[in-house]
Parts: sequence; structure tokens; C-alpha cells
Amino acid sequence: MKRSSLAQKIINAPYILWAALFVIAPLIMVLYYALTDSTGAFSLDSVKQIGDYGGTFILSISYGAVATLISLVIAYPFAYFLAHTKANFQRMSVMLVMLPMWMSFLIRTYSWITILGESGVINSALGKIGIGPLPLLNNGGAVILGMVYNFLPYMILPLYTIMAKMDVRLIEAAQDLGCGKLQVIRKVVFPLSVPGIASGITMVFVPCVSTFYITQKLGGGQVNLIGDVIEAQFQTANNYNLGAALSLVLMVMILICLGILNYFTDSDDEVNGGVLV
Amino acid sequence: MKKIICILLALVLVIAVFATGCAENETEETEEEAEEEIFSAETLEYYAGLGLEGTTLNVYNWGEYIDDEEIDVISQFERLTGCEVNYTTFESNENMYSKLSGGGVSYDIIIPSDYMIERLIKEGMLVELDYENIPNYDKYFDKEDYGYFVDDEINGHTIEDYGIIYNVGTTILIYNTDYIKEKPDSWSILWDEQYKGKVLMFNNPRDSFAIAQAMLGQDFNSESIEDWDAAANLLLEQRQKVKPTYVMDEIFNLMESGDYYLGVYYAGDFELMRSDLEEKGKDFLDYAFPKEGVNTFYDAMCIPNSTQNKKGAEAFINFMLEPEVALANAEYIYYATANKAVLENEDYSLAESEAVYPPEELIANAQQFHDISSENLQYMSTLWMKVKGTSGSGVLYIVFFSCIAAVVVVIIITALKKKRMKKYYNI
Amino acid sequence: MTKTSKLAKFYIALIFAFLYAPMAVMTVFSFNGSASTYKMSGFSTQWYLRLFNDEVTMNALKNTIILAVVSAAIATAMGTLATIGINSMRNKRLRSGVMSVTNIPMMNPEIVTGISMMLLFVFAGTMLGRKDSLGFATILIAHVTFQLPYVILSVMPKLRQTDSRIYEAAQDLGCHPLKAFFKVVFPQILPGIVSGALMAFTLSLDDFIISYFTNGPAFQTLPIHIFSMTKKRVKPDMYALSTLIFVAIFVLLILMNIAQAKSDKKQRVRHRDGGI
Repeated sequence: MKRSSLAQKIINAPYILWAALFVIAPLIMVLYYALTDSTGAFSLDSVKQIGDYGGTFILSISYGAVATLISLVIAYPFAYFLAHTKANFQRMSVMLVMLPMWMSFLIRTYSWITILGESGVINSALGKIGIGPLPLLNNGGAVILGMVYNFLPYMILPLYTIMAKMDVRLIEAAQDLGCGKLQVIRKVVFPLSVPGIASGITMVFVPCVSTFYITQKLGGGQVNLIGDVIEAQFQTANNYNLGAALSLVLMVMILICLGILNYFTDSDDEVNGGVLV
Repeated sequence: MKKIICILLALVLVIAVFATGCAENETEETEEEAEEEIFSAETLEYYAGLGLEGTTLNVYNWGEYIDDEEIDVISQFERLTGCEVNYTTFESNENMYSKLSGGGVSYDIIIPSDYMIERLIKEGMLVELDYENIPNYDKYFDKEDYGYFVDDEINGHTIEDYGIIYNVGTTILIYNTDYIKEKPDSWSILWDEQYKGKVLMFNNPRDSFAIAQAMLGQDFNSESIEDWDAAANLLLEQRQKVKPTYVMDEIFNLMESGDYYLGVYYAGDFELMRSDLEEKGKDFLDYAFPKEGVNTFYDAMCIPNSTQNKKGAEAFINFMLEPEVALANAEYIYYATANKAVLENEDYSLAESEAVYPPEELIANAQQFHDISSENLQYMSTLWMKVKGTSGSGVLYIVFFSCIAAVVVVIIITALKKKRMKKYYNI
Repeated sequence: MTKTSKLAKFYIALIFAFLYAPMAVMTVFSFNGSASTYKMSGFSTQWYLRLFNDEVTMNALKNTIILAVVSAAIATAMGTLATIGINSMRNKRLRSGVMSVTNIPMMNPEIVTGISMMLLFVFAGTMLGRKDSLGFATILIAHVTFQLPYVILSVMPKLRQTDSRIYEAAQDLGCHPLKAFFKVVFPQILPGIVSGALMAFTLSLDDFIISYFTNGPAFQTLPIHIFSMTKKRVKPDMYALSTLIFVAIFVLLILMNIAQAKSDKKQRVRHRDGGI
């Protein structure tokens, strides 16, 4: 393969052209719209307005962080337990974890309204034992729940993959050397699972921060995250320029977060595919 | 392993083909079902002779704003003309305007409301209707009662040149009689703290602002920034006091579930909710026209300048005016119709509804929307974002800054560890 | 280590209950006798019948499947070629540059990807004077673009594992490079290609956010249609639809699982035989 550089160019050309046209060019368009006004003239108005949405950015990051943390706390023991069950059960379970990811996430989210609503499943059950309807829907808690629910599989799968691959002999060696159960987890399992944690966090945090459907349906307009603001700029407020500017900031912000995360995982060139399940 | 995956892929494809096959079969069946012909022979002939076979028509309408049960208007139109209709819906005028002016999409029929039509005309985004192709207009449009809506002149043309009224209506206050015993007479009940979390508000700026403006006694079409500021403050106060849920058509499910005490929406939709409940043997919704005044509006069928099938669009408008179609729509949407044939029809079930056809004294202070200047429109939309925006609570900032602190600490620790490791290995 | 404590079993069951609660609710309510998505009253299959008669939904389903098949095919072909190209790049800096660009659609929030593509299409459309630039072509381009990194990343590891010396040996023995590729390299990277294709296909089926910004009125996919359905009066027909999707996927997965278990067993037997 190394010899034919012309063939190589021919092989590469379509992809590089595609990437330039549909990956790089769109980002340039975002930049272009962010730095112009509605007539197409250069203007910094949209950029100046970003400051007004500082609170929304903080809110989004906080919600994303909380949801990611809860997902991690729930998923970690699950993945650990699952990795130590029988092989057949493991395979079946992994499929069951993946199955919801194949379903329309809109409907899965919407179903929570039926569960959480004031005359929904939970509240009618509670009503029967005499507990008055609890306000479970249209608040921040419901939004966090929706995020955790939707993106939990994305946390479980990388964690499970890394734990299933973990060399049992390492754990046995630690036990032989006198480590207790907790010490094994702290000194062997946890450090070895860091790359899994990192990719899990990436895959949960990014969609959480930028979501708009979950907040609209489960938050009832009470929680307005940056995704909602951006969506509104394009869908109702008709301010593409501000929307583009906000997207730009969101993108940079997420790239910074990913950069920080990458720093921990020590990823060499080789592990470019680490994010994949 | 490889083989299995190949087999699976094949299976997926088979299912795909099967599903699409199903889809086609089903459409045939629906056509067979509609055996009874509802249209007269002349009507059939007229639409068949328009030469629309093989063309497509992109219709962009409000959600829940066309009959798809009784006669299924869209498929009837497709059947009569042979024209393929791509039907999509929008949620608010602003939503429609954004899509339309953003470019990239072409529609042949849109059904916006009053103020949005004025704006679209001013910006030259609509094309004039050719009334030659819409013979039903003179026959069925109730000009005496509703003509005044469309005789305003913009850029030397009347609105009538661009749009044909589909429905008219007002905004309305809906309340749950299980919890609110006395008929409210003022919008101010939406600010009452005892109904915290039980209030549904419009999820679009113009309608929400109109409620605040009515309470402040302002003109809905005010061009004064102070007025808009005052109205926004009132809405912000409402948000802090009663935490309303902002919805559009979701209001049907929410109000009918009985979970909410108060809601604001369009009058026809109230009747629709009430009849939905009636089917279930329930009756706990009632309405009021608040004394501060409601908004009277009309929605009209227009053709945007991005149209690629103007003739088809005009045929569609004409079809919507057919008595059979207009009746089916009126009975489905529950809004006040401007079609004479429906109003004179004895079978029309809503003729007596005071919510849909309110006597003038009930809606004494009603106001209409008109287009406001683009600066104020932009300003209003920014204000609206602020009303709906962050209500910064202390907890959030604590979460945010502890996150940052945690990240920083972890970075420092790993950095130190790495250093130590490097030293260790270097030795 | 195969022993599982009771606590662990309980925990696993609990998480599954959480993951499947909405599905259970949805299935139950799809048989609702009334039009409510809140209260069950009676049993009926009317929503399923209505669904099959709903031309718009069926058309959206058809569009979704067409889009998924076509976009996955394009993305797989282009992605596989690109992987081979990238892998054979000698210039390290260029290679990591291309890889970074490849990763962008995966790293970027979907909403930003969707918006950036929409802006490009709208801009290009205005430049070319076309008013209806958003449609099947744009949504197809968008889907291929966000699928490409997944295809590349699942083919790349397989390609790295292949020994280039075998390929060279085949050529030395007189094979045409193209033939050598199909005889030697292709069979080795095929599992990567297949899993990449599957992933691309499923990603396309379920994508809402990117389609939301790049679709036009003439080509609505199922997620877009569902979105507009949840904006209106939601009736149980939507739940019926997702129950059907759920059952289809469930059956597919179980078949896949059985098949895999069988092939694993075969492999194990083969291993044992070889060992002896």
C-alpha cells in the first residue's frame, strides 16, 4: 500500500473533499453567521449579546454535571456487578441495555409524562395509599431524571466493556497480596476503569448540556437550558445570528470540557477509537 | 459471526421492504374505504380537470388545524386532483415565520394569523391570489360579518388580495370548575399565588404579552419600549409567583387530565376540550372572557413567494372553501368559521356556542393584533427569552462552582501523580 | 468470580426496571380504550388499526428506512475507503489532522452539527437561487456526515490488526493490488465494516436532532413526525407505534443473541478440538 501514492490520493480524495465540504465548511458558516447581522454585514451584536446568556450556560453545565454524576454513580456498580455474572447473562443484559438506545428517544422521554404526571402512574399508586399527588413533573428534578434515563446506557456500556476486559489475574494478585474487597476496587478496579469513566462522561455530558427536547417535555418551560435558547433562535425567534454565536460558544465550551477529560485519560495516538463502545 | 451479522442485515432489509410494502397496501385500503362519494359530480370534474396530476403541494399549517378524521381533507384533495400533498405543521406564527424566512424550504400554502400576514405582505413574502382560480370565494365567504378583517391596505393592496380567511377566534381563559368555583372575570387570577404550578400559559411571545398588556390597559400593538418593558415585568412577576407551564397544543392533554386549574388558549380549542371530556362522561372545564379584553384574530390561507405550484395552491384554497370540506374542518377544529355554507347548515353543531361565537358585549375590550416594527419585534422576542430564561437560584451556582473546583483539584492531583510516576520510571 | 450476590442481582434488576418502565407504560397505554395517555379505560386495539391507516405515519416510516439504508450504505463505502487511505498516510501530522476532523461530528453536540449543516445548506441554497434546498439530499448528506466517524472508528482497529506483509506477499506472488486487497485485507476488516454499517444504520434510524434542522417539508422522517405528534394532542397511536418498533427490535436482538451464542459454542468446540 505504501508504494502507490497516486492510488492513495484517489482513495483519500472523496473523503477529504466530503470532510472539507460538510464538516469544516458548516463550522465556518456558524462563524460567519455569528459575526454578521441579518443583512449579512459584519457585526459584533450577536457576540455582545452572548453575555446575557451567561446564566443559561452555567445552568446547562450544572444540569449536565449533575446528570452525568448521577449516571456515573448508578452505572458504575451496575457495570461492575454485570461484569461478574455468567457469560450468557452478560450478553443478554448488554443487549437489553442497548435496546432502548434503538428506540425513538422522543417517545421514551414522552412516556415519562404518563408516569410522572399528576394523574400519572406513580401518583395514582400513591393516591391509593393516601399520599397526595406529588409535583413530579415540570421541574428541574424531572429534567435530571429524563437526562439520566436517556443517556444511562451510554455510561453503562463503556464502563462494562472496560470491566469485562479487565484481567482477573490482576484482581486475584491483589487479593493474594492481602487486599480487602474495597481495597481491590479502590487500588485495582477503579484506576483501570478510568478510560471507561472518561468516555462514559463524554457520551453523557455532551448530549445533556445541549438537550432541548427533554427540558421542553419534562421541564414544562420551567428549565431553559442553552439547547432551548439555541433552538428557539432558529425555530421561533428568527435570530440565526445570535443562534450561531451561541452555538459557537457551546461548541468551544464542550471542546474545553473534552480537553480537560482527555488530559486525565492520557490518551496516546493509538486510542483514538477509545470513545467507541 | 460474520455470517450471522450478514443474515441480520438481510433480515433488517426484508423487514424494511415489508414495512414499506405494508404502507402502500394500507393507503390502497383507505381509498377503498371511502366508497361513498361526498362530492357532487361537477366538483369531481372541476378538480380532475385542473391538470394537477403528478404535481406536489407543500402545505404548512397549524397543528390540529385540519380535519383528518371525518373525511380526511388532505387525502380527499389528493384523490380529486391527483396532486401529492406534503403536509407539515407549525406551532406558532413565529415558528412559521422563522422557517419561511430562514430559507431553504419552499411552501405553497401557509395559514398564518393577522399580524404575521401583515408582516409577510410588507416584506413581499406573499404572492397575490388569482381569484379566477378560487370561484368558491364569492360563493361562500361571509363578507358581511368578516370582510372588515381583511380590508386594511398595505403597500397599496388590501389583505384580501393575499389571503382568504380560514377561521376567526378569540383568546379565552379556561378554568377547572373542580377547583375554581366562581367564574373568574379577570386575567389577574393567573397571577394568584394559590394556583402556583397549576397555570398554563401560551408558549409564544405575542399571545402571552397580550394578556399582560390587557391587564396594564395597553394597546396590544404599542410601539413604546416602556410598554413592552412593563408587560415583560408583569410576566416575570407571574413566572416567579405562580411558575406557569408554557405550552401550546400540549394544553389539550394537560387541561383534560384535570391536573391544571387554569389555562389560556384559543376559544375553539376550549370547546374541543369540553367535547373530548364529554365523550368520557366528564365535565369540569368552563371558560371566561376576562374583562380587560381578549385578542380577536383571524387565520388566513396565503401563498408564499417560494411557491412552486401556485395553481395547485389556489385549487387547494378553493377546495378548503367547498361546503363539505369547510363543514368537516369546522366540526374538527371548533373555531368560528367564515364560511357561509357552514353557518347556514342546520347540522353545524357549534352555531350556538357562545365561546366560539361570543356576543359583542362579552368581548367588549377585545383588540386585534397588527404588525409592529421589526425593532420592537426583536425587542419583544429578547424580553420573552428573559421571561422564560434562568431564574438563577443559589443552589445552581454552588453546584457550578463546586464542579469547577472539583475539576481543578483532580487536575492538580493527577498532574502531581504523573510527575511522581515519571520520576519513578526515569530512575 | 461467577458467583453473583443477591444484592448485585437486585441492583441489576432495579436498573433494568428503571430502563424499561417507560416501555412498559407505553405498551400498556397503547391498548387504551380511550384517547387518554394518562388514564387507562378499557382495552382496545383501535390505536393499532388507526396507525396502519395513517398514511402520513407510514410514509414517514418508509422515508426513515430508505434514508437509513441509503445513508448507511454510502457512509460505509466511503468510510471504509477513507480508513484505508488514512491508515496508509505516511505524514503523521496530516494523519492526525484528518483524524481530528473526522472526530468533530462525533464530539460536537448534535444540535451544533445540525445547525451548522442547516446554515450551510441554506446559505448554499440562496447562493444558487434555490428556495427549496432542504429536502432528501440535505438530510442524506447530514446523516452520512455524522455516521462517517463511527464507520471509520470501527474499521480502523481491524485494519491496524491486519499484517501488511501478507498483502505485500500476495502482491509479490503476482496478485494485482486490487485483487490482493479483496483477497487478503478485505476479509480481515469485514467484521469492522459490518459493525460500522450496523451502527450507521441504527444511528440514522433514531436520529432526531440533526434531522430536525436539515429536513424539508417533502421528506419527513419518523422521529420528525413523532416530534410534531408530541406537539399536538397526543393520542395512544403514538404509543402503539413505538410498541411495534420495540417488539421488532426486541425480536431482532433475541435472534441475534441466539445466533451469537451458537457461533460462540461452535468456536469453543473448535478451540477445544484444536487444543487436543
